[in-house]
Amino acid sequence: MKKDLLGLKDLSADEINEILSAAEMMKFVLGQKNKKTPHLQGRTVVTLFYENSTRTRLSFELAAKYMSANAANISASGSSVQKGESLLDTVRTIDAMGTDIIVMRHNMSGAPHIIAPHVNASIVNAGDGMNEHPTQALLDMLTIKEKKGGFKGLKVAILGDIEHSRVVRSNIYGLTKLGAEVSVGGPATLVPEGMENLGVKVFHSVQEAMVDADVVMGLRIQLERQKSGLFPSVREYHRFFGIDGKRLKFAKPDALVMHPGPVNRGVEFSSSVVDCGRSVINEQVTNGVAVRMAVMYMLSRGGKINEAID
Amino acid sequence: MKLLIKGGRVVDPSQERDEVTDIYIEDGKISEIGTDLDPEGLNIEIIDASGMIVAPGLVDMHCHLRDPGFEYKEDIESGTRAAAMGGFTSVACMPNTSPVIDNAAVVEYITSRAEKVGCVNVYPIGAISKGLQGKELAEIGDMKFAGVVAVSDDGRPVVESGLMRRAMEYADMFDVTVVSHCEDMGLADGGSMNEGAVATSMGLHGITRAAEEVMVSRDILIAEATRTAVHIAHVSTRGSVELVRQAKKRGVCVTCETCPHYFTLTEKACEGFNTNAKMNPPLRTDDDVQAIKDGLADGTIDAIATDHAPHHADEKQCEFAAAQNGIIGFETALGLGITYLVKENVLTLGKFLEKMTANPANILGLNKGTLRVGTAADIVIFSPDKEYEVKAEEFESKSKNSPYDGWKLYGKPQYTIVRGHIIVNQGVLL
Repeated sequence: MKKDLLGLKDLSADEINEILSAAEMMKFVLGQKNKKTPHLQGRTVVTLFYENSTRTRLSFELAAKYMSANAANISASGSSVQKGESLLDTVRTIDAMGTDIIVMRHNMSGAPHIIAPHVNASIVNAGDGMNEHPTQALLDMLTIKEKKGGFKGLKVAILGDIEHSRVVRSNIYGLTKLGAEVSVGGPATLVPEGMENLGVKVFHSVQEAMVDADVVMGLRIQLERQKSGLFPSVREYHRFFGIDGKRLKFAKPDALVMHPGPVNRGVEFSSSVVDCGRSVINEQVTNGVAVRMAVMYMLSRGGKINEAID
Repeated sequence: MKLLIKGGRVVDPSQERDEVTDIYIEDGKISEIGTDLDPEGLNIEIIDASGMIVAPGLVDMHCHLRDPGFEYKEDIESGTRAAAMGGFTSVACMPNTSPVIDNAAVVEYITSRAEKVGCVNVYPIGAISKGLQGKELAEIGDMKFAGVVAVSDDGRPVVESGLMRRAMEYADMFDVTVVSHCEDMGLADGGSMNEGAVATSMGLHGITRAAEEVMVSRDILIAEATRTAVHIAHVSTRGSVELVRQAKKRGVCVTCETCPHYFTLTEKACEGFNTNAKMNPPLRTDDDVQAIKDGLADGTIDAIATDHAPHHADEKQCEFAAAQNGIIGFETALGLGITYLVKENVLTLGKFLEKMTANPANILGLNKGTLRVGTAADIVIFSPDKEYEVKAEEFESKSKNSPYDGWKLYGKPQYTIVRGHIIVNQGVLL
């Protein structure tokens, strides 16, 4: 494994499989009453978030703490970022304090890629702009692997705001490398040019994208997109692109229902879909902690998973 | 000072001259051209140009010297030194300085500063609108008499079509060229590179080609309807080339330029979030590069300009979307043209040099870009067959934001002569 986890675009299928295997073992730890392990004892993890986040940040923080790391948090609002400090200077400062792992979320694509070569610490991308959110895709893949047993020939439909989604890109890179077939569906205004070049099928109808799908993954629709003219109203969005029980029938009867959260109930998914028996949204959250434990542990060991967990 | 350039291949598109001959320079002017010149007199410096090309000094009709206001990026001194190293003897600088070049006082600052510290001829381009705000016309007549050679709001478009129309009509009275930065801001929509698969794979907002083409189309139609002239800056797409081609066929007074990066690079250069490949208009696709070459070859594209846009390292070593647009170009333009246009048989040497000398001079109304007897001796001498490596850290420009670092090119200027003075001698700036 490289020094950093910037995205799944740069990882091989083997590397992804290794992380998933390690995460399965970490999940065993999470199932115990005593969740404390010494894997990151003496190590320091700093989460640096330039964007708001609840679940991703908490997930990383708990993952670090379960492994006995020293964990600290910095938000862009409340730091010298507000005083106009450049990204590189901020990260170098954190690096100079002896940090081993910097978990970073940034609103601009490529931000972690720009800083990674300039610091000693491992950079974990916790979401950069519209580019990648690798640990989210890894937790999605762990969930799919647990439920479906593998990825070869599996049909995964990802639906909603494709353009602005970093979850989509990471999932596409990861899933296609492991042999899944990915379709994306959403209104033309929310699907960018050249999406098919990433090796996926593109539909402007969610029903078509979902036909025979083994996995139906919804994406959050943000209200700002309505204001910037990308669709007329949340109401109309739901009418034509929202997934309800009736539309879900286009997928296979045992299709998993997934969502990276937070869900807008009644917009991308109806409540009945969110709460249906095939929904694995809460398990995704659990797997998020396991995946982040695995990633941070592997980075701290330079990726030698063999000696990882006894 | 007397100077004799002996035995070079003299290529002067303004006179359709291409022959091995000598040039004799006296009092800063070209005094005689002919074979085996042997002028009498003392203190005649002789340059042996055998095996080299002797051409009119290059004319860059589009650059940013950043002076006044952004001297940490570039100033008139460093910018003109970089220009001289690149073989340019005349450069026209854009008005997006601070203060903006939108009145005669700032124009006079530029010209007087250039006389003091500049080592090539500097011609300011004034703003179309006061403060580049796109609201009221700048004092175009006043600036013309102070020395501007064109007007432009370069860096941003004139959004209001009515104002653009008035600018073209008003500038026409004073015989001032209007240079249009073509970008529909609504269509560009805050994007940071060309729209398409590469932007999508990196999660970057794309800029549709239509953002450029809509404005090219608008400005051509305004020029046509008002029977005025317009010059389209930095053409980058197939569609823009085609719009200009068709307009020229109809007899519209439209000229245009492209830049070396639009015939040597594509959007792929942005991969890995390479901010030195971020510019506006953005790098496009292989298909556009081909169209630019075709447009150069058939004469649709009149000129090659650098759009030399220096930025401090801190303004590039940051998030891609936050990075400044633009690359420096003075010290690579000739080499890129020789290597990718002349050696690849897109243009003959004469046609290529015409687009870097006579054509831009004509568009700006300058008596430059020529080796006619009696004109100022502005000359570049270069060897088209000697390969060299681009080393950004050795650039004279204060800024190093070039995507060409490490490239192997042909055609490094060996001599740059401005008004009879040798500024660059055997590749070394004096």
